[in-house]
Amino acid sequence: MADSTQAAPIAADAKPRLPRGVRLVHNEAQGGLVLLAPERVFKPDPIAVEILKRCTGEATLDAIVEDLAKTYSAPRERILADVSALLRSLADKKLLEL
Amino acid sequence: MTAAEPIFKPLGLLAELTHRCPLGCPYCSNPVALDRDELDAATWGRVFGEAASLGVLQVHLSGGEPAARRDLAEITAAAHDAGLYTNLITSAVGLTPKRFAALADAGLDHVQISIQDHEPDSADHIAGYAGAYDRKRLLAAEVVRHKIPLTINAVMHRANIDHVADMVELAIELGASRVEIAHVQYYGWALKNRAALMPSRAQVERAVAAVEALRARHQGRIVIDAVVPDYYARFPKPCVGGWGRRSLNVTPAGKVLPCHAAESIPGLEFWTVRERSLADIWENSPAFRAFRGTDWMQEPCASCPRRTQDFGGCRCQAFALTGDARATDPVCQFSPKHALVAALAEERREEPYVYRRLEREHADSTREKSPAETP
Repeated sequence: MADSTQAAPIAADAKPRLPRGVRLVHNEAQGGLVLLAPERVFKPDPIAVEILKRCTGEATLDAIVEDLAKTYSAPRERILADVSALLRSLADKKLLEL
Repeated sequence: MTAAEPIFKPLGLLAELTHRCPLGCPYCSNPVALDRDELDAATWGRVFGEAASLGVLQVHLSGGEPAARRDLAEITAAAHDAGLYTNLITSAVGLTPKRFAALADAGLDHVQISIQDHEPDSADHIAGYAGAYDRKRLLAAEVVRHKIPLTINAVMHRANIDHVADMVELAIELGASRVEIAHVQYYGWALKNRAALMPSRAQVERAVAAVEALRARHQGRIVIDAVVPDYYARFPKPCVGGWGRRSLNVTPAGKVLPCHAAESIPGLEFWTVRERSLADIWENSPAFRAFRGTDWMQEPCASCPRRTQDFGGCRCQAFALTGDARATDPVCQFSPKHALVAALAEERREEPYVYRRLEREHADSTREKSPAETP
C-alpha cells in the first residue's frame, strides 16, 4: 500500500463509522455483503468486508487493527497500512466518518 | 436472446407509488395517460421482498409525488424491512417536518429533492405551483437536520440552463452532498413541451463549461453529476443500463416496465405484480424479453463495437423519433436519422408550457397556493 504513506494519518483513537445513508447489507442473490450509498453500490472484497464490519463507531482504529492482527496472525504494521488506506479512500468518497 | 447470455440480476427498482402530484412541471416524465388504480401498501411490501430476493439492492420511491400517499411511512418501512436501500425522490410538497420524521424513523436512507430554478418566482412558474420553492428549502433543512444524505436534482432546460452555477450554489447552501445536473429528456409531458423547453447549442456549451469549472471549484464539497443533453450528444445514453439488465420499474397500478417510458412503445405486453411474481416477470415477461441483449438489433447497431456499451441507446426515443422501436437511437451519430435530432433541436418556440395535470379538464396555468397540508 505505497500510497497510504502519502495520505494524512488517521488518529489511533478515531472511531470510524458508516454515516447515515451508507449501509453494509447482505443480499443472497448478489452473492453476499454489499456496501450501499446514495445512487451507488459497491462490492467490497473479503478483506474490506472484515474492516467495514468493525467500523461500528465504537471501536477505535487502534482496537480494529489489534483485532485484525490477532485474527489473521499478521504483522500489525501491515494491517495498519491496509486499514488506513481503505478508511482514507472511503472517507474521501463520503462513505465513512472518521 | 441467445442461451449463452446470462440474465442479469437487477440492482435498482423504481417504485412509482402514485401518479398524483400537486406540481405541474412541463417536463414530467410520467406517461400522459396516468394510472389511477394504486397498489396498496401490503402489495408494495410483497413486491419489495420479491425484489430483494431477485437481487435488487436499492429502491427509489418515486411518483408522481410519493408524499401524495398517506401511507408513505408504512411503504418506506416495508422497503427497509426487506433489506433495501431506500431513496425518496420528492418535490418536497406535502412533506411536513412531522411526516418527514416518520420517514426517517422508518429507515429512509437518502433523499433527492428536485429544484426548478435558483430563485422562487422562476422556480414556482416552472413548477406551476406557487410556494413550491419555499417548501423545498424547508424540507432540505429537515433532511440535513436528520443527518440523511441529500441530493439536489436540478432539472435543466432553456429557461434555467444559464443559471446552472446559481443552482449548484443553492444545492451547497441547502446542505446537499450531491447535485445532479439533469437535462430534460423528452418523454411523456416533456415531449409535448419540447419546443418550449429545448435549449440552444450555445446554451448547452456554456453549461458544460460552467459545470467543469464548478467541479474544480467545489471538489470535496459537493459531488456534481451531469450528462450531455440527449439532442446535443454524439452517442446515445445507455438507457437504464441496458433493457431488462440492471433495473425495473413498477407503475402505481402494478405494471412492471423495463423503463418508466416503456408504455410509449406500442405492442409491448407488460405483466403485473397483481398476477405474477417479480422474478417471473423479470425473466419471462414479453416486454422484458423484447429488447434484452443484442439479438433484436438492426444495423448499424448489430455490428457496432459500442453495442454492449450503450445498447443502441433508448428504445422509447428510437420509437418516438423514427416510429421503429428497433431502430438505432437517432441521437447516435451513426444513425441514418441523426440529422433529425439536430433539426428538432432547432425547433424552439416561445410558447406557454402545457403543465402536467392529472385531470386534463382542470388544466390551468395560474394555480393558487394549495390548502394547508395536514400532517
